[in-house]
Amino acid sequence: MNKQVDLKNKRIIASNHVALGTKNKKGQTYSDINDIFYNSEQTPNFLTGSEVIREAVKRASVGTSVAYPITPQSEAAALIGELYAEGYVDEYFRGESEFAVMGQCAGAAFGGHRVMTTTAGPGTLRAMENFPMWAGSRLPIEVVVTCRGINSPLSIQPDTLEMYYLLETGMMVWHAETAQDLYDFILKGFIVAEQPDVHIPIAVCCDGFFVTHTKDTVDLSPVEKCLTPYDPYKAPVPCMDMETVPIRMMRDPFVMKSNYISYATHASWQQEVKAAMERSRKHTIPLLDGLIDEENTDREILIIGSGTAVSQSREAIRLLEEEGVKVGLIKIKTIRPFPTEEIREATKNAKHIFVPEFNVAGWLAREVKAILPNNERVYVGPHVAGGMTMPSEVIVEQIKKHLGMKTVPMVAR
Amino acid sequence: MCEDLADIMPPEYQELVATATFGNQDRGWKDIGSSKELIEQHSLCAGCPESIAFRYILASLPAPEDTVFVGSTGCTSLVFPHVAVQNIHSLFGNQNAIASGLKRTLASRFPGVEKDVVVLAGDGATVDIGLDMTMQSWFRQEKFTTICFDNELYANTGGQESGLMQKGFVAKMAPKGKNFDKVRLAEIAREAGCAYVAVLTVSKPNRVEQAIKNAVLVAREVGPTFVQLYTPCILEIGKQSMEGLDEMKDAESIGGRFVQKEFITDEAQKLLDSIKEETKARKKAAKEKKSVNA
Repeated sequence: MNKQVDLKNKRIIASNHVALGTKNKKGQTYSDINDIFYNSEQTPNFLTGSEVIREAVKRASVGTSVAYPITPQSEAAALIGELYAEGYVDEYFRGESEFAVMGQCAGAAFGGHRVMTTTAGPGTLRAMENFPMWAGSRLPIEVVVTCRGINSPLSIQPDTLEMYYLLETGMMVWHAETAQDLYDFILKGFIVAEQPDVHIPIAVCCDGFFVTHTKDTVDLSPVEKCLTPYDPYKAPVPCMDMETVPIRMMRDPFVMKSNYISYATHASWQQEVKAAMERSRKHTIPLLDGLIDEENTDREILIIGSGTAVSQSREAIRLLEEEGVKVGLIKIKTIRPFPTEEIREATKNAKHIFVPEFNVAGWLAREVKAILPNNERVYVGPHVAGGMTMPSEVIVEQIKKHLGMKTVPMVAR
Repeated sequence: MCEDLADIMPPEYQELVATATFGNQDRGWKDIGSSKELIEQHSLCAGCPESIAFRYILASLPAPEDTVFVGSTGCTSLVFPHVAVQNIHSLFGNQNAIASGLKRTLASRFPGVEKDVVVLAGDGATVDIGLDMTMQSWFRQEKFTTICFDNELYANTGGQESGLMQKGFVAKMAPKGKNFDKVRLAEIAREAGCAYVAVLTVSKPNRVEQAIKNAVLVAREVGPTFVQLYTPCILEIGKQSMEGLDEMKDAESIGGRFVQKEFITDEAQKLLDSIKEETKARKKAAKEKKSVNA
């Protein structure tokens, strides 16, 4: 686990069962993922996060997408519908609930399509039973999660608590900081998820509203180039239980059998899903340029974050720098698999580690604490919840307070 | 069969290749006993009518080689591991959602081939936990067949009340007797947009065969279809292994809950009539050819 992966000359190979260079019915050329991102001109566009999702899906050769309205993903889901009407997506319809939608996605993935959908907050939780089923069935479905509050009273505000619930579903969980990340992660996520030695679902998460409803400059790959479609014949397991009669995945591990074989099969299958997740690292690292980004991690004070908490932290670091306090930054891009070794290495010299988060649980801080030696270095917070913003000044104040520096309360300013 | 691997494949597989009825468009229940069945063993209770229902259904599918079963959790899911037809089990109650995504994808990927999707689930899965998805798939006119094994209770979990249970029946979770009527699922199916609906028991194989064939063929051309089969849980209603058939015959006699009925739309009827004519003509031609050759 967590073996160091040599990045030199690593290249991700996507399935090319559809010949590279040939064109789809929309005139887009099937292209290699490396070619799309690294050998093509990227053009800046000023777009909302929802529009960025549309642009990514437009280049992703998606077979099926199933939609259901829930703020803040509704616009993106509707825009994917427009792509379907234009012929960029083969199949698209509105499901009746997120539970049903994730089932419909599973059906489409069992049938051999590349499948993507979007959801948020309460929808993620309503869909929850499906996610471990996807992972156990080895369906490489991509769900874009635009995080929002999940608690009562009703909230539509950004809050990343739902990601906590996704951590042990067997899905890869990536967390986009910006609309640019979102674009990259959506396209690259398919490629990693569909690798034959990975082949598990992926949740590409972003913070609702902050990313989906704000405009940002995003470098887009050329629209004339798209991914090759998903190749179901590269799946590491028969996509249906009886695809290779009479070898039946259902026979031995099936639920009702109370015997050693059943337990052993279930246990080893769960481990296999975890192992598949581990194997995703070597594909993800070259594509995302590492599972984390580091800035000045030789410093004694570090901030570790994911999602838009990273953007807020950057500004906090700038403010602290003005006062002569030097702080480094670790941005975590993949929550599952968790970049254990990378974070251990990057925090070797840190004396104080802060983990700002947009949720009440402080789950990222727990994750970090769980893997670090001397974890009393980790300060859980600051974290805000329920849609509150986390001004950079709050991060500054918490850091100074914890370090015993004089602070001026925000209200006094 | 892949010749390279033939010698290492188990005898069950060899038999399937040699004597099963794949590709025979006139396959039916009468093949049982003279050809390799697509189900040879089951893990249900001795005498369970569900097991005979499985045999009839599997013998009646028009094209098992191009059929995918979508199951759900319950007694039916105990049988799927033994069935030589591709099948999917995912969760409890989401079977019609899975089938919706699957059917559309298969239609998209294999435009020249009829890929039949058949949902096979119990009454708890179809009517209680899954009713939303069952009905929504009918509203959307998803082109697949839904078969409900109606045993009027949750059998696999030990005999709890279900929506299709009769009023007044005393069961687990209905300690004073069920206090509302058996859900009229066939009528719901008709109103929700099913082009073909059949309710019957599995006491008579020819009737089961006809209903299954009708349902699958109408689903290909017209729209969603629904077949509700009474497969009593002899264990939970206090019957002996050999009494299942009598129970079904009682239930389908005049005034019973399972008097056979069908709802067929005009469009579906037209299709079934034309298929009947074609089959008749084809069989007649084959017979004539045979007699000429003789």
